[in-house]
Amino acid sequence: MKGGEAIIKALIEQGANTVFGYPGGQVLPLYDMIHDSDLNHILVRHEQSASHAADGFARASGKIGVCIATSGPGATNLVTGIATAYMDSSPVVAITGQVPTHLIGNDAFQEVDMFGISMPITKHAYQPKNSSDIPAIINSSFELAKNGRPGPVVIDVPKNVQEEELDEKIANLTDFSDITLKTPGYNPTIKGNIRQIKKASKIISNSSKPIILAGGGVVISGASEELKEFSKLIQAPVTTTLLGKGSFPEDEDSFLGMIGMHGRKVANLSIDESDCIIAIGCRFSDRSTGKVEDFARNAKIIHIDIDPAEIGKNIEIDVPIVGDAKNILKSLIKNINQLDVKKINEKSIEWYEDSLMFKRECIPRITYNETPLKPQQILKEISNAIDEDSIITTDVGQHQMWAAHFFNTLKPRKFITSGGLGTMGFGFPSAIGAKVAMPDNTVISITGDGGFLMVCQDLATVKDYDIPLIICLFNNRKLGMVYQWQNMFYEERLSHTDLGQTPDFLKLSESFGINAERITDLGETEKAMKAAKKDGEAILLDIVIDKDEELPIVPPGCGITDILGEYNIENDITGIKNGKNDTFDTISYKKGGD
Amino acid sequence: MISNNTNKENMKSHVISTLVENKPGVLQKVASLFTRRGFNIESITVGKSETKGMAAMVMISKGDEKVLEQITKQLNKLIEVVKVVDLDPDYSIKRELALIKVKADNEQKRSEIIQHTNIFRGKIIDIGPSTLTIEITGDPNKINALISLLQNFGIKKIVRTGPTAIARETQI
Ligand SMILES: Cc1ncc(C[n+]2csc(CCOP(=O)(O)OP(=O)(O)O)c2C)c(N)n1
Repeated sequence: MKGGEAIIKALIEQGANTVFGYPGGQVLPLYDMIHDSDLNHILVRHEQSASHAADGFARASGKIGVCIATSGPGATNLVTGIATAYMDSSPVVAITGQVPTHLIGNDAFQEVDMFGISMPITKHAYQPKNSSDIPAIINSSFELAKNGRPGPVVIDVPKNVQEEELDEKIANLTDFSDITLKTPGYNPTIKGNIRQIKKASKIISNSSKPIILAGGGVVISGASEELKEFSKLIQAPVTTTLLGKGSFPEDEDSFLGMIGMHGRKVANLSIDESDCIIAIGCRFSDRSTGKVEDFARNAKIIHIDIDPAEIGKNIEIDVPIVGDAKNILKSLIKNINQLDVKKINEKSIEWYEDSLMFKRECIPRITYNETPLKPQQILKEISNAIDEDSIITTDVGQHQMWAAHFFNTLKPRKFITSGGLGTMGFGFPSAIGAKVAMPDNTVISITGDGGFLMVCQDLATVKDYDIPLIICLFNNRKLGMVYQWQNMFYEERLSHTDLGQTPDFLKLSESFGINAERITDLGETEKAMKAAKKDGEAILLDIVIDKDEELPIVPPGCGITDILGEYNIENDITGIKNGKNDTFDTISYKKGGD
Repeated sequence: MISNNTNKENMKSHVISTLVENKPGVLQKVASLFTRRGFNIESITVGKSETKGMAAMVMISKGDEKVLEQITKQLNKLIEVVKVVDLDPDYSIKRELALIKVKADNEQKRSEIIQHTNIFRGKIIDIGPSTLTIEITGDPNKINALISLLQNFGIKKIVRTGPTAIARETQI
């Protein structure tokens, strides 16, 4: 058995039957062995797509995504995707070719120090020097990628190691599963410290304005059921971060929405007003907190996270609890159930009801009967055409934030987006990965025209492997998000954000053999999507939207209550809109862009 | 609120002692962690430890308590790092080695330098036609003191290891 064969065998044993990759000189031996193997290799058309597809695969399925590239430029093309996965704690294993060991360090053809490049953007990196180390390295990579706080792992395999015969003892093993490397320095905490849990329970029970802030950690931990039970038990409204979307059913009454720079008004203001924040699996990024000095000044903060380094990094915490979200929520529920729940709930009922009332008052309007089409209306039509198991991936920009706002995600792993790195070009290839992982779910790639063009070559992958995605391209012929910032913060000096009229997305799709349709009118999106679902073929919807629709925004450097601009309020509840609300009318916030 | 811009008033020098797996790239990883996260680093020493395959890495870093907490946590996050201890200055011993080459072109200077060296419990380890080379170990302050004395004679070269440290068993 050769090194390359050992890679394949170990991958398959790990359940990674599908990989996304792109061949080249230093992975030729591995590709030669893939040729006759049971590995399902998907040839993408750019290595960046391989890493994003592996990431999308991982986020949609909870399994590990695998990508392969050659050395040098192949490896560096993976980097954006690896960094994206790192920032959002996604378990990806990236295998790169490397020049033969005797040439390493000589600036050989297509040599790049991938091991070194990987350091700040991976959880860990390996470079096997002997083929016999490969089984243990693959097994350990999978363990590290998935356990504790997940993250990407790079395995940089020199060409000669791919070709080298394994020691017979290892080669003759029927399965590799027992061999791993020792990692004495890695031992993630799963169970929360009981003293901290008791302390947290006490603070929660004494609070009168509790609120939950759920992050991506809840999704990763699979703690959605526990979160639901917990929020009911302590009667707390729920907000999420962008990555936390889907951790809590967004059609629940108690769901207030996403917080942050583009957060829902009710979510931002409620966080500000609360006296006790239970933050679960989130990392208080600047996009979520706004100006940290002003963040939740009145609240005691309980922070549950599996990564101790996240606690106290950006925000001062009153009660840290290190461990797995699901495990800790269970303990918290048990602990609070031993207290006088009725009394606890009495204390917070007023806050709870006020929050819900305020939420109803500011439900953003989504029905628009005008053209050019409003993104809100499109998202409404998309929602009408799909079900709760459909998976949405987004790219980065305005459309991403609209999707986060106006699309009700009901289940975890159904809203996939690049949060931490904000990587344009992530959306479409991650949808490919998601669809490959979950072939029975409808997968929709919501993308901007700018981001799509960065990765549109992978329409070829969609065609060749018959991957029936629905691509909803929000076409504003602008780098919309940047265009908006220029309009708002740079005196309308529109430097390089106009994308002109090229390309014609219909012709572009056609040339790849992908169906496409231009959408300019009401109802067409819903109709086209329903038809596409029935059809079972990939389709690109080139949806022409209003380029001047702006997102409400908390300007950088401001507190999260300083929201500039406001969504229109849903028509049919304007009756409530003028109703008085005691809790919130003391809070001042900017309105309508003044 | 915490930021990487440390609060100058509370900046304290800390000795961080770590046990790491002796694997390729560990030193680079630790060093780049300090740079990337904007942590200050004054010195770093590495050597084999009592356990096979493990190295002891000792770093001196300045920062307030919050920054130190982050440094410790971020170091712990590295897979190869097995143990991190922020040594208490009152309960630890800090030592550094320095080699100092001093100009000594006449007999009188030589004997003065040797006297100084003896007082500081250093050793003369090499004699050249016009130089003496001194080896000294000790607390960095002691080394600084000797260096400032020797400056009067003219120092040709100094190499220092940077301090390493160990926890004390008996309390002072
Ligand atoms: C790789 C990359 N380059 C640049 C940016 C900066 N950026 C953020 S949003 C945006 C505009 C995106 O435009 P488009 O894809 O058309 O989406 P829209 O905002 O119009 O919905 C840009 C350039 C980024 N996030 N990622």
